[in-house]
Amino acid sequence: MKKLSARRRHPLAALVVLLLALAATGGLYAAFAPAEKAQADTSAQSLAIDEGKKLFAVGCSSCHGLNGQGSTDGPSLVGVGSAAVDFQVGTGRMPAQQPGAQVPRKKVIYNQAEIDQLAAYVASLGPGPVTPTKEQYTSTNPDDVSKGGELFRTNCAQCHNFAGQGGALTKGKYAPSLESVDAKHIYEAMQTGPQNMPSFPDTTMPEEQKKQIVAFVRHTANDEPNPGGLTLGSLGPVTEGLFGWIFGLGALIAVAIWVAAHTTKAKKS
Amino acid sequence: MPEEKLPEAHDASQGHEVAPHSDPFADPGLPAHEPRRTDIDERAAKRAERQVSLMFVVSMLATIGFIASYVIFPIDKIVFIFPIGHVSALNFALGLTLGVALFCIGAGAVHWARTLMSDHELPAERHPIEADDEVRNDVIEQFKTGAAESGFGRRKMIRNTLIGSMALVPLSGVVLLRDLGPLPEKKLDHTGWQKATPANPIPLINMNTNEPMKAEDIVIGSLTFAKPEGLEESDEDFQQNIAKDALMLVRIAPEDIKDKNSAELGFGGILAYSKICTHVGCPISLYEQQTHHALCPCHQSTFDLADGARVIFGPAGHPLPQLKITIDEKGFLVATGDFDEPVGPSFWERS
Ligand code: FES
Repeated sequence: MKKLSARRRHPLAALVVLLLALAATGGLYAAFAPAEKAQADTSAQSLAIDEGKKLFAVGCSSCHGLNGQGSTDGPSLVGVGSAAVDFQVGTGRMPAQQPGAQVPRKKVIYNQAEIDQLAAYVASLGPGPVTPTKEQYTSTNPDDVSKGGELFRTNCAQCHNFAGQGGALTKGKYAPSLESVDAKHIYEAMQTGPQNMPSFPDTTMPEEQKKQIVAFVRHTANDEPNPGGLTLGSLGPVTEGLFGWIFGLGALIAVAIWVAAHTTKAKKS
Repeated sequence: MPEEKLPEAHDASQGHEVAPHSDPFADPGLPAHEPRRTDIDERAAKRAERQVSLMFVVSMLATIGFIASYVIFPIDKIVFIFPIGHVSALNFALGLTLGVALFCIGAGAVHWARTLMSDHELPAERHPIEADDEVRNDVIEQFKTGAAESGFGRRKMIRNTLIGSMALVPLSGVVLLRDLGPLPEKKLDHTGWQKATPANPIPLINMNTNEPMKAEDIVIGSLTFAKPEGLEESDEDFQQNIAKDALMLVRIAPEDIKDKNSAELGFGGILAYSKICTHVGCPISLYEQQTHHALCPCHQSTFDLADGARVIFGPAGHPLPQLKITIDEKGFLVATGDFDEPVGPSFWERS
């Protein structure tokens, strides 16, 4: 203390005080200034949220509300997470083209960068499932296909058919075919439960199992050979029966007609 | 085949206009028989014979091929065959050879019948099916006499005992059919959950992870399948038991649950329903998380899981049975009793 007061009259004392004061003000500002504001200028994430908010206002707010709180035309998006946005917009289901029992898959109208921005904005509304990374849905273990097959038959086959061809539900709704669906989107659908599909959260179906299911679906759709030749749509007895009746019986009838028509008897009359 | 061997009449009959007949409705009778080439030309007949036997020989070879391919091809060999794509070599070979074998027998037989067997026209006249009047009158007469002589109308006791004995005979059939199997007795009334009591609850095991679940694991809108603790897939009677014990767990926002009783059987909006359709017992779990409807893929019975699994469409006769669940002191979901009614389709003794 003595030392300090001894130097109080030093020519540089004023400068030191000034510097201290400045540092304190800056520090206090950094500590108490509104955090959002402070980040806004720096982080890419908040830039994306800002951009996403603009896209949202133009493309989504008429149904989901200006702040994503939902309206009579669309559900609230608070807490649906970025995975839901990436799935819905990434498969073209959103924006919906018209209200109805089912919002079908159609042409995607946003590019992936815009989808990510929208997802970032919606994720900022409340915590929810996060868009999976490539490692989460890409399996490297060949055993995963068979394990995924078991899980698929327990959890998914009832609606999506044993070969992932999809099927009918009530009142015009349907479970879509999984044939050309991206691995990422299959994973996200399980996470988020789009439309009438129930969700399969990590608590009841761990990440690892989702990855196995994706591996199985991609395998059946892409590389699985069909031992019998024609798949006939892998739909089971409906197409097989139709094929049998039309082509099988048809061929027999044709042969019977041929046998009867080309006898000498028939030629004579 | 040399043309000069053909009968003259054959050419002459071609292209002639049929002269108008005096009576256009007269029976024209059978046309004159025309021989086939093989009937008149021994060389043609010999050739046809060779063709037929060739087809039978091909059939034999194909059968041998069938047996050979059964031995040769490993069951998992996949080959690429042009318009069909990737197919199992074994399936393809078996199908092709058996098809050829059967087809050649048929084709050979048809060819044989058309070229070599007798082709003489044989008219078969059609007659009315009913007997002529004389026979019919006679039969009716006999029936009347018989009835009069038996005194069937008069002797009531005989008549009634006859009717009685005839009515009872089918009962022996019932006794015989009863032997087809024991009645299910109480076996269908209870499931693997029956040993659960409030003091001694059975944990619900997630079918995916084989682990017990906590209430917070089941989120709104999710679907989870569960089985009772102690039932393992390696058990010998696993399939029989899971056919009765299988559960689907859904969580519905408590304010959306319309049936009070159903909400009480559940825990915090988590409802545990039997997965077995009450129509003829298909596994149902086509659950729509927005409407809370569960659809049966077999005959489209639809159950409203938010309203005590009431049947809202389709042939099912009962709502899906619901299991009473709660949590134990560690927070795991447990069942404290069996289903309130027998699961699955109706049966005679169903109470
Ligand atoms: S078995 Fe479910 S409707 Fe027939």
